[in-house]
Amino acid sequence: MTTSQTRGEVCPRRLSAIMGTVLLSLALLAAAFLPATAQTANDDSFAQAVQALDARKFSDKAGAIEALSVLGDARAILVLRAFADGRLYRRKADKLVIIGDRDGDIFNLTSPVTAEIIGTATSGEIKKIIANNKLRGQIRGVLGQLALFSPNADDRLDAARNVIASPSEDALGLLKRARDRETVSKIRDTLETGIAVLELASDDRALRLAAVATLADRSDPDIKSALEQRLLAANGEFNEPDAEVRAALTEAVDDINDRLALFGLAENLIFGLSLGSVLLLAAIGLAITFGVMGVINMAHGEMIMLGAYTTFLVQEIFRSTISPEYFGMYVLVSIPAAFFVAAAFGVLIERGCIRFLYGRPLETLLATWGVSLILQQFVRTLFGANNQEVANPDWLSGAISFGGGVSITVNRLYIIIFALMVVAALAAFIRYSRFGLQMRAVTQNRGMASAMGIRTGQVDALTFALGSGIAGVAGVALSQISNVSPNLGQNFVVDSFMVVVFGGVGSLWGTIVGAFSLGIVNKFLEPVSGAILGKVVVLVIIILFIQKRPRGLFALKGRAAEG
Amino acid sequence: MFKCLKTIAAASVLAGSLAVSASAQTTDTIKVGILHSLSGTMAISETALKDVMLFLIDEQNKKGGLLGKQIEAVVVDPASDWPLFAEKARELIEQHKVDVVFGNWTSVSRKSVLPVFEELNGMLFYPVQYEGEESSRNIFYTGAAPNQQAIPAVEYLMSEDGGAAKRWVLAGTDYVYPRTTNKILEAFLKAKGVPAEDILVNYTPFGHSDWQTIVSDIKKFASAGKKTAVVSTINGDANVPFYKELANQGIKAEDIPVVAFSVGEEELAGIDTAPLVGHLAAWNYFMSVDAPENEALIAKWHKFIGDDKRVFNDPMEAHYIGFNMWVQAVEQAGTTNVDAVRQAMYGQEVPNLTGGVAVMNTNHHLSKPVLIGEIQDDGQFATVWETEGVVVGDAWSDFIPESAKLTADWTYPWVCGNCEKPKYLTN
Repeated sequence: MTTSQTRGEVCPRRLSAIMGTVLLSLALLAAAFLPATAQTANDDSFAQAVQALDARKFSDKAGAIEALSVLGDARAILVLRAFADGRLYRRKADKLVIIGDRDGDIFNLTSPVTAEIIGTATSGEIKKIIANNKLRGQIRGVLGQLALFSPNADDRLDAARNVIASPSEDALGLLKRARDRETVSKIRDTLETGIAVLELASDDRALRLAAVATLADRSDPDIKSALEQRLLAANGEFNEPDAEVRAALTEAVDDINDRLALFGLAENLIFGLSLGSVLLLAAIGLAITFGVMGVINMAHGEMIMLGAYTTFLVQEIFRSTISPEYFGMYVLVSIPAAFFVAAAFGVLIERGCIRFLYGRPLETLLATWGVSLILQQFVRTLFGANNQEVANPDWLSGAISFGGGVSITVNRLYIIIFALMVVAALAAFIRYSRFGLQMRAVTQNRGMASAMGIRTGQVDALTFALGSGIAGVAGVALSQISNVSPNLGQNFVVDSFMVVVFGGVGSLWGTIVGAFSLGIVNKFLEPVSGAILGKVVVLVIIILFIQKRPRGLFALKGRAAEG
Repeated sequence: MFKCLKTIAAASVLAGSLAVSASAQTTDTIKVGILHSLSGTMAISETALKDVMLFLIDEQNKKGGLLGKQIEAVVVDPASDWPLFAEKARELIEQHKVDVVFGNWTSVSRKSVLPVFEELNGMLFYPVQYEGEESSRNIFYTGAAPNQQAIPAVEYLMSEDGGAAKRWVLAGTDYVYPRTTNKILEAFLKAKGVPAEDILVNYTPFGHSDWQTIVSDIKKFASAGKKTAVVSTINGDANVPFYKELANQGIKAEDIPVVAFSVGEEELAGIDTAPLVGHLAAWNYFMSVDAPENEALIAKWHKFIGDDKRVFNDPMEAHYIGFNMWVQAVEQAGTTNVDAVRQAMYGQEVPNLTGGVAVMNTNHHLSKPVLIGEIQDDGQFATVWETEGVVVGDAWSDFIPESAKLTADWTYPWVCGNCEKPKYLTN
């Protein structure tokens, strides 16, 4: 298992902060590698080349990038990086091309030629010079070639991948030079793979055979298709002329296919666990309000939604008051905040409506459904109908790859762990705490518990608060993968009931097993049947299962269950 | 109890605010119905359209109203409930006696009100890009038809500038708009020589939130050594988790660009767009377009709404064009009578906010420019491509054989929305 982080782009503020050091090192390195004449290229011709980036047509911009990259001027790196990041602007007053860094409402302007700050501007005074995907890809290739020799290992790995993804004509020589200097084995492997893929098309038969041998033990869909490409025939002639190499290719493809099939199973399993953990988080609060108390709480989803909105608020507070380096911690602060907000609403709902309706499931269902609509509209009036932006902090972004194209995103991995922690904490709380004991006593025999001096009304309210609070905590996690809108809860309430009913009403263990088995079944069905049919099939399975075992997977036994 | 009281109070305030506009009527006004969901799933998109209509009406009233009368907005809330749309449409026309209605977002809601407008001879302006294959005498379609959005977007991705895509994923939410659009796109791609094995079609339910498998499938599909692009007709809430999954799985727009037809500035407001830079959208309008009319209107809009963070998007521009065309047509006709105004609508011209002039055609669709934009890290789009002139909206797609034969033209001799021959052919 490799733990390479295929991180998404870091937030722009941090990016520009670290950019300085990276760029400096890049520039120095490039200066060392490029011909000495490069440094003497005079400022005028460089400035002219930069100015050419501000062209109307993208094809002209592409030409300007090409011109800048062959100019061999170290300053070009700075300009091109800024261009790709969308930080290159034209000053409207004098049409000068400058680099702009946003600082609140104003932009600090840097001259690309002298690399000195030359003033500030408002957003109205400058106009962004637009790059498109093609240009960004081109720049990535150009910069990648230079970064191959960066002292920073992560930069080298990125650069190697970039060069391999969009190879230029001299990529092979470049990659070989980089490989010979490379000391980190992982980057060496990546370089070797890239070289081998390019050498598949070599004129030398021995080289081709060696390349196939190198690639045969990789398990990557990209490499498989590169190998298969060689086996294709056009006009009766194979891309690969030699029969022996073809045999090796066929064998290699078969090997990779076998491994990919295994990886496919692993992938479905991981995705299933991830979906299961989301279901578990959504359902665990309901397992208490519905499972333990028997309240059909249609407003359960809205408790999740309130938790998500609390996360949003905490995030906004962090954004405006706390320094950016601790910004990522907002998720941790949100967890208790969301718990208490949702629990407070839970107490209000229980004391305000539900307690008058105990023992009348139909009325409870209708009343809580009404409450759910009211809460939705309440949030909509307060925050507006739009989605609110909840950003993934850096430590929750990116993915962990297991090789063979199997990867799981970091936020989902944390959700799996978090869901299990919540369940464990809850189980321990119910089992060992005094309140947990009272809670169990009240559910098992209300009259007896009351006679023993337990204030059942208070216990009811707190139990409902606990269930709601946990739903709120689920909202924190779900805000990281889903959208934060007033409708957030609706998407989860049906799934939650499904999990609780399937797992067995009143059984925490049943909820866990129910959630994970539904998640895994769903994910194994999805590739075969598609997302929509998959959902239908899962529902049918549950209905059939409930016919056979009306009390779910883990039915409570004994007198409590008869109650 | 407190909770219940409080929420009842909140609800009644809300209901009150809706009733105000209805009760504040004076005897001599021109009434404009606004039929947009203010609650439920579609409130996310439609609330802004209600706001923009109130803004446009306010602007017109400041200019002295219409035909010497003030315009009065009648706002109803169909609550994202498709059958309720039909009831509310009937209420607007029969009870409130509105002269025109601006409304709807989803195609299914439009299909639900269509018979009501035809039965009562009302007039509806529909502002959202849609799947085409429809032309009603009582509806003016101010959003894009497929040939004004989907087809140009795919052509762009096929072009050298767009990355020369050879393999296509058509991903959509499972309902009428994505299914029809994808049918048209599939036919179009095949006509362009794309083999069937290079097209992957995928549908997901409304509000789908677990995109792991699909994003992973897209990655695998793209590893075949040919440049791959994703055409997304994913609608509504499902977009945020989809883009989050894309970003976290490290799919960059340079490698696999995603072009979306239902994602605009309003939808991006809920996403951190830094990892999405370069993914595309095709519309007839972007808020970022550098044009004096555009800047002036946005400034007025921000002043009206009292929040300079509020975005302006394509369907809002469509309402801007539709409303101004209607105003011009009423002035020309000298009456708000539906039949007279309809006649006056044809050939009506209103400047686009992005430059050029939008024209209403006799098939009830507009001629508009098509813009393709890439998402920027500030949640706006940067225009990377646009059509030379305007494109005439096509009610019936040329790429579906049975539709290609049909003509929509509501002037003589055709007077028909879906005919193969003119109704009033003199022979």
